[in-house]
Amino acid sequence: MKIPIKVLINNKEVKTMVEPRQLLVFLLRDQLRLTGTHIGCDTSSCGACTVHLDGNAVKSCTVLAVQVDGRSVHTIESMAGSALHPIQEGFKEEHGLQCGFCTPGMIMTTANLLRTCPNPSEHQIREALEGNICRCTGYHNIIKAVQYAADKLQKEVKHV
Amino acid sequence: MIPSSFEYMRVSTVAEAIDALRHDTDAKVLAGGHSLIPAMKLRLSQPSKLIDISRIPALNFIRDRGKYIAIGAATTHGTIATHKTTVQKLPLLAHAASMIGDVQVRNMGTIGGSIAHADPAADWPAVLLAAGATIVVEGSTGVKKIPASEFFVDFFTTQLGEGELITEIHVPEPTVGTYRQAYAKFVQPASRFAIVGCAIQFELKDGVISNAHVAYNGVLACAFRDAAVESSLNGQPLTEATIENAASKAGAGSNILSDNFASAPYRAHLTKIYTKRALQSCLA
Amino acid sequence: MSNTNYIGQSPKRVEDKRFTTGNGRYTDDIVLPNMTFAHFVRSPHAHAKIVSVDTSEALAMKGVVAIFTGQDMKKTGIVGVPAGWQVDFINGDRMKEPPHALLVWDKARHVGDGVAMVIAESRAAARDAAEAVVVEYDVLPAVVNAAKAVHDNAPLVHDDAPNNKAFDWTLGNPIGEVDAAIAACAHVTTLEFTNQRLSPNAMEPRCAIGNYDQYNEKYTLYTTSQNPHLTRLLMCAFVLGIPEHKVRVVAPDVGGGFGSKIFHYIEEAMVIWASKQINRPIKWTSTRTEAFLTDAHGRDHVTKAEMGFDKDGNVKALRVNTFANLGAYLSTFGPAVPTYLHGTLLQGLYTTPKINVKVTGVFTHTTAVDAYRGAGRPEATYLLERLMDKAALEMNRDPAALRFQNFIPPFDGVTQPGYVTQVALQYDSGNYGPVLERGLEMVGYENFRAEQAAARKKGKYLGIGFSTYIEACGIAPSAVVGALGARAGLYESAQVRVQPTGKVSVYSGSHSHGQGHETTFAQVVADKLGIPMSDIEIVHGDSEAVAFGMGTYGSRSLAVGGSAIVKSIEKVLEKGAKIAAFKLEAAVEDLEYANGKWTVKGTNKSIGFGDVALTAYVPHHYPAGLEPGLDFSSFYDPANFTYPFGCHIAIVEVDIETGKVKLNRFIAVDDVGNVINPMIVDGQIHGGLAQGIGQAMFEEVLYDDDGQLVNASYMDYTMPRADDLPMFETDRTVTPCPHNPLGVKGAGEAGCIGSTPAVVNAVMDALHPFGIKDLVMPMTPERVWRAIHG
Repeated sequence: MKIPIKVLINNKEVKTMVEPRQLLVFLLRDQLRLTGTHIGCDTSSCGACTVHLDGNAVKSCTVLAVQVDGRSVHTIESMAGSALHPIQEGFKEEHGLQCGFCTPGMIMTTANLLRTCPNPSEHQIREALEGNICRCTGYHNIIKAVQYAADKLQKEVKHV
Repeated sequence: MIPSSFEYMRVSTVAEAIDALRHDTDAKVLAGGHSLIPAMKLRLSQPSKLIDISRIPALNFIRDRGKYIAIGAATTHGTIATHKTTVQKLPLLAHAASMIGDVQVRNMGTIGGSIAHADPAADWPAVLLAAGATIVVEGSTGVKKIPASEFFVDFFTTQLGEGELITEIHVPEPTVGTYRQAYAKFVQPASRFAIVGCAIQFELKDGVISNAHVAYNGVLACAFRDAAVESSLNGQPLTEATIENAASKAGAGSNILSDNFASAPYRAHLTKIYTKRALQSCLA
Repeated sequence: MSNTNYIGQSPKRVEDKRFTTGNGRYTDDIVLPNMTFAHFVRSPHAHAKIVSVDTSEALAMKGVVAIFTGQDMKKTGIVGVPAGWQVDFINGDRMKEPPHALLVWDKARHVGDGVAMVIAESRAAARDAAEAVVVEYDVLPAVVNAAKAVHDNAPLVHDDAPNNKAFDWTLGNPIGEVDAAIAACAHVTTLEFTNQRLSPNAMEPRCAIGNYDQYNEKYTLYTTSQNPHLTRLLMCAFVLGIPEHKVRVVAPDVGGGFGSKIFHYIEEAMVIWASKQINRPIKWTSTRTEAFLTDAHGRDHVTKAEMGFDKDGNVKALRVNTFANLGAYLSTFGPAVPTYLHGTLLQGLYTTPKINVKVTGVFTHTTAVDAYRGAGRPEATYLLERLMDKAALEMNRDPAALRFQNFIPPFDGVTQPGYVTQVALQYDSGNYGPVLERGLEMVGYENFRAEQAAARKKGKYLGIGFSTYIEACGIAPSAVVGALGARAGLYESAQVRVQPTGKVSVYSGSHSHGQGHETTFAQVVADKLGIPMSDIEIVHGDSEAVAFGMGTYGSRSLAVGGSAIVKSIEKVLEKGAKIAAFKLEAAVEDLEYANGKWTVKGTNKSIGFGDVALTAYVPHHYPAGLEPGLDFSSFYDPANFTYPFGCHIAIVEVDIETGKVKLNRFIAVDDVGNVINPMIVDGQIHGGLAQGIGQAMFEEVLYDDDGQLVNASYMDYTMPRADDLPMFETDRTVTPCPHNPLGVKGAGEAGCIGSTPAVVNAVMDALHPFGIKDLVMPMTPERVWRAIHG
């Protein structure tokens, strides 16, 4: 039986009916057509489905839609304004992506990292991304992308 | 992957949760869901109902109660890793929490969910054993306080009875300066669960070890303390020789787990090595 | 320098705005009106007779639209999906090619074999109903190992393939000559090993949407494919017998392939066939576990290799015998990988005068094996480069010096002929010394041995490993590969359509699934036409837009697909010059083209590309007899393969207490010919390195003796993660390809081909004090620990 939920998704209130077994990732992809969040593994291993729940990175393939009732979800679609977000820009500038499938999850996890640790070392970046698998890049340029974003975000902070 | 159908009920008090559990014996408790939902997606678990306890305020806190720190069962690993109280007063728990899974898992998975699930490879059971924690369980017959040393029984099996709910974990505050603690693990490279984890806590007075707790996860069907290792430490000075001796006692049990990543003899060996490494980290 | 000199520059990728913002359009993102969802019932057994399939309960469930079983498919007369390459037995007998049914009705031959297709109104309903389909199996014994499967008493995968052999095959010098050469050698190094089975694991699981439009009698397939046209051709001509002009195949954004999305899979044919039965669109999306069970795997060779040297360390002979596991069925290029992509590479970079290779292709009760990044070439490189390091150790020679001594001397393929190997190839151009020299310089080899000795005294075990590889890309020409058994051509098509405003649309038969063609191809076009990149659009992946295409695999896109684009550009410029000459009232011979305009030599009279384009489409004042329009197609069939090469060096540290290997450094000096976009080439190398290192250290598809795939999830199959790898140290030399117009060779697979033996050699070097000479891959901590501690 479907039950009603009310969720703030990318700052917009969404009221909908879901089966209790509906995973958050399917709510986003199938019901709301926010297809930037991807499914890569089904076992909460690969991180392609990473979104922010009340500001924290979570794997939306292992969260039920009913669990986010009354809470706030941000997806990759919320990251860019009129220009790319510095993290998105970092991935583009440093060629931190190839096929693009893991990229939204990488970016959302990076955002979580840079919020809690604005100037991470290479080691900290690698550890922070251990829950996100990329099969294309060998991570080399992803590390550089995160460093680019960290630098840019820190400069922005200084200018404020 | 899609779980089979179930009913969903969100409760706002512990009493409601216990009541709901009493009325449906096929129901399961949902906190962060990071042990349960993966099993449900594989349809290894097909509960009739999920009782969501994640919004119960009484289960979501970290509080210093003087002799011990109380942690609500629905507190996430991430919160335990970063909360001021745990970082300052329970550094072993904060450190171990920061090593669980990955950041996304830590943001959702809860301490109560992890210990109720009792995966032999999970980190919390060994850490709570070493820390001398007590698990507070509530059911229709009242509140029980179960020492961690009695709580974990077998593969995915605990003392948690039907219709009961873990509400709090109580961890005695070690006296800073006299206690040494460590958690070291060798991880399975794909899942990042522990192949062997070793959690240690002991008192160090005048250079002599006492009150040693040495606990393991990943090694046997459930987390356990190793009395032989502990007694080899108690009364001894904290030296490389003591450490070598203690490590040599570790991993001696039978029924050591075996899988594609680590056979029983290799696990037994890793148990010694990680005992040594955990103890060595206390030398500093 | 003009601002349209794009070749050799690294503009940021055109693709990345959509990918970084979540606006990529992958197959599962597509929703068609009235769409249904499919879930396949798959065999849980590796080998079992199908006694009965009962769908009655499932059909009665809510939301179920239709269920098709093997028996239903048997009635259609559809035989199944074919192999795309024929490799016959040495004695002339035809390759055994048992049918690969779309759904099996007689027997399941691997875990995951499709038994029934359930179609429902939602993903969940399809999943629920699949669970209610009752299949009775009669379980039979299975065989999973290729070397064991050829035994007389092994269970048969197919009744008409005795000893489970699909083919046997040999190449090189006559075996008698090679035996004699080896017998005469002063030293023979032997290696017996399994090059383990891998799962490609593109991050996007496969997905297919079939849609039959009954009013126009037209089919559309959206699919995660590296080559939509080939899928269409196979599906129309060989599988379903439907008319090709009524079938559109679209491969939109595809989330990685690494070979696994080359092949035509049964699910693609099933969604197309079934959509006609129910007159509704059907979407099927693979779960990750299904991906492990049904995406074609890679490698899985059991090999004995012997390399003979004279007393001075010169390689004199190589003898190789391989059992190649093909899985339960022949996948599209399954037979080609262990033969023409493996045996032909056994010359390596060395002057070995006598080589013989024998390969037996074997059926087992496992998932089909086909091309995975490198495809045959990593297997060849692994055996050669392991032999080189092992031989150096045995002969007490320096592994770098032994390689230098045996390298083929430099040749440019222009003034000097290509190098003819003992195994049927002619290398295009090569200069092998400099990549190793540069690698040694980057790694600081002079100081390494001292560091290593000092570290060992402190109980720290460092090791260095080398690999100097060659590979073959852009497999061609069609006539040659056809003679070798290929059932397709290996050219590529490209259409360059100059729009009336001078903007350019390029339709390429290559397919990008991470390679960045929209950027690299645009650079080529912009550079050659002297116009801004922003004036160019690269279109690919849609059989309705692109005339034809052979797709992307074998590192062929730029060398073959890019060359086809250049051919069309040449035609555009040739016709453009005629129009320009007319407008400028000059002779064509007096014009020169640069920076987007034709100029009469020695004057300032010129006309821009855009003006010529407009004239071509508004031909009021126009050369007599010249057709209007400015739009050309080309089909480029290369004269030869291209042969990239390079040197990879790994430095590892082994924790001898736990056996855990840590990769401290990785140096890669690759020569991929000319480079269009260095940033993208570096990225391709990095990704290849990670996968090659993954094979050495982490990855292995594990079957138990019953044929169960025991690590079919990301919780169990290990791939490198961010914290497993170091930053890579890369450099290049440039030896242009002499036979294609861009001088490019190919970069997609090189990293994966060279890196694996470098890591293994490094571990062997680190473990040398323990007397360890060989270890099976992957070098897991327990394996290393057991080797050290007996």
